[in-house]
Amino acid sequence: MAILFQTILFYCFAVFLIGAALGVILSRNPVHAVMFLVLAFFQSAVLWLLIEVEFLALVLVLVYVGAVMVLFLFVVMMLDIDVEQVKGGLTRYAPLGFAIAALMVFELVQVIWVRGRFASAAEGFVPLPEGYSNTEALGAVLYTEHVYAFEIAAVILLLAIVAAITLTMRKRPGLKLQNIAQQVAVKREDRVRLVKMESEKPE
Amino acid sequence: MTFTDLMPASPEIVLLLMICVVLISDVFISDDKRIVTFWTSIASLALTAWSLFASAPEARTLLFDGSYVSDPLSQLLKLAAVGMVALGFLYSRDYLKQNELLRGEFFLLGLFGLLGIMIMISANSMLTMYLGLETLSLSLYALVAFERNSARAAEAAMKYFVLGAIASGALLYGISWIYGVTGTLQFDQIALVLEQNPAMNALPLWFGIAFLIVGMAFKFGAVPFHMWLPDVYEGARSPVTLYIASAPKLAALALVLRFLMEGFGDLHEVWQGMIMVVAVLSLVIGNVVAIAQTNIKRMLGYSAIAHVGFILLAIFTGTEQGYGAAVFYTLTYVIMAAGAFGMVILLSRKGFEAEAIGDFKGLNARSPWFALMMLFFMFGMAGVPPWVGFFAKLNVINAVLDAGFPGLAILMVVASVVGAYYYLRVIWYMYFETGEDTSVFQAKLDTRAVLSVNGIAVLALGIMPGWLLKLCIDVIQ
Repeated sequence: MAILFQTILFYCFAVFLIGAALGVILSRNPVHAVMFLVLAFFQSAVLWLLIEVEFLALVLVLVYVGAVMVLFLFVVMMLDIDVEQVKGGLTRYAPLGFAIAALMVFELVQVIWVRGRFASAAEGFVPLPEGYSNTEALGAVLYTEHVYAFEIAAVILLLAIVAAITLTMRKRPGLKLQNIAQQVAVKREDRVRLVKMESEKPE
Repeated sequence: MTFTDLMPASPEIVLLLMICVVLISDVFISDDKRIVTFWTSIASLALTAWSLFASAPEARTLLFDGSYVSDPLSQLLKLAAVGMVALGFLYSRDYLKQNELLRGEFFLLGLFGLLGIMIMISANSMLTMYLGLETLSLSLYALVAFERNSARAAEAAMKYFVLGAIASGALLYGISWIYGVTGTLQFDQIALVLEQNPAMNALPLWFGIAFLIVGMAFKFGAVPFHMWLPDVYEGARSPVTLYIASAPKLAALALVLRFLMEGFGDLHEVWQGMIMVVAVLSLVIGNVVAIAQTNIKRMLGYSAIAHVGFILLAIFTGTEQGYGAAVFYTLTYVIMAAGAFGMVILLSRKGFEAEAIGDFKGLNARSPWFALMMLFFMFGMAGVPPWVGFFAKLNVINAVLDAGFPGLAILMVVASVVGAYYYLRVIWYMYFETGEDTSVFQAKLDTRAVLSVNGIAVLALGIMPGWLLKLCIDVIQ
């Protein structure tokens, strides 16, 4: 019963995933394409949940949907791409695209049918024991066995921040900055000038 | 794990803490007092060197579940790397000040790069090796692009970044194949697993090793993966070139030794052929193309490629004698390279880069002492006795002869003779031609003193190479 339910879930989400993927390449509006990609990521995250890899599913949602796609959206909105112009190259690059697609189909066939014949389904996917959490398992080795590599990764991030600031932050001349002290110290005489004028008289 | 268990790793820990100190303190220093950052950086290096001595373990120690190793080889290479970075900082100080480039980030990125070098030298797992390499590479890319308004520097940094990323990719791909075959990341475990399962010594593993060697050759700057090296040497500011030319070579040596000596030492026949091709090509192309250069930084770049050929040929032998010769060669080469680029920096001043070989014309008339120092560096690199380069080359040739490759030994001698031409040309310019430039050097007394010590060391090590040679052989065993 549970297996049947899982199979139904799998096919539901798989269909949505393929639909979303098609939406990415077929939608005319780039913002819609990015949104479809977000949907595709959510669907594949659920597929990963179904094969009991919660951590990867969580990371996919957190990193790709939460950070990378938001960045994509920003870039798409800022660049203002003329979609029609980009699509002009479609027919020109079509043969190359089809060649790559054929290669990938060939590889998939290799992996799924040719290799799959030798591996029986039973030994391929053993259900994990009750209460097993791969997030916990990952954390347990990340902070013990690989703590050194983990710390170095942190150093690399710090270095990346320093390097990025070194390369981009500059003091530009003629920048219109506020000088708060000057603003506070200003006197009435600096800003307001009283002008004596004859009041106008009606003719 | 208690605190004292981490003692062998204290050089890295101390350096990282000091980097944070420099990073924070630099924020509070105004631009005209930037020299304080320089002295804090020098103090950090001194502390790191002290902790290297203080924490030296009796024997080979593994730490962090085998991803970190502290052994005599790592102690020697780390000490040399710290010394080279200190030399680089000292030579650069006055130059940076004159060119209004004296910013805290230069020293900060240099220290980060040193941390990467030290992580690589002490790596006992492929993962830490790769992370150390990325730490080093990332700071080198930023250092090359350090001068933000220079199009040349930006171009060099871009080339370096793209090619370096490809090299890292190749290395990582090789690592993934090797991990897939052997099922372990640690170098000593790889050697053990391969010893127990001779059947693993097959095509998938060789495939991984081939990619590994491509990555190494890229990082070392060996032909045919050398294209970035002359452009980066030329495009970067001289202090950055000095930095790239010295300490990272020690890290590249550690990369090759840890993988090929510790991991695949028993599979020596598998990688020997690949290393030989790369080394011979580097030797020939490096020396021949260097002759045609008019820019001294490019010339020294091609000379670096030729020297890498020697180092790789020493490793190619696969014997302890060969590995020892490679360590000796690299140590002495970085000392000479640091000195030679130190001379280029010494001759430069505000708005003028002494880049052309012609800028060395008539140096003897300007300063007989520093002309003599440059002569020491050039004779050292050319391999003229009694300067130290001669013994370095002699050791490698001996090791190759003992391994039974007389043809390669002859090739090395011929390449050295060809190489001597362009080193002697610099000397000819200094002593027998007159230059129009008669200005006085801007460098302060301490820089001059250290540069002089550097030059004298090239001669002194050549007269008494025994102890260093013994040390290099000892650390391999």
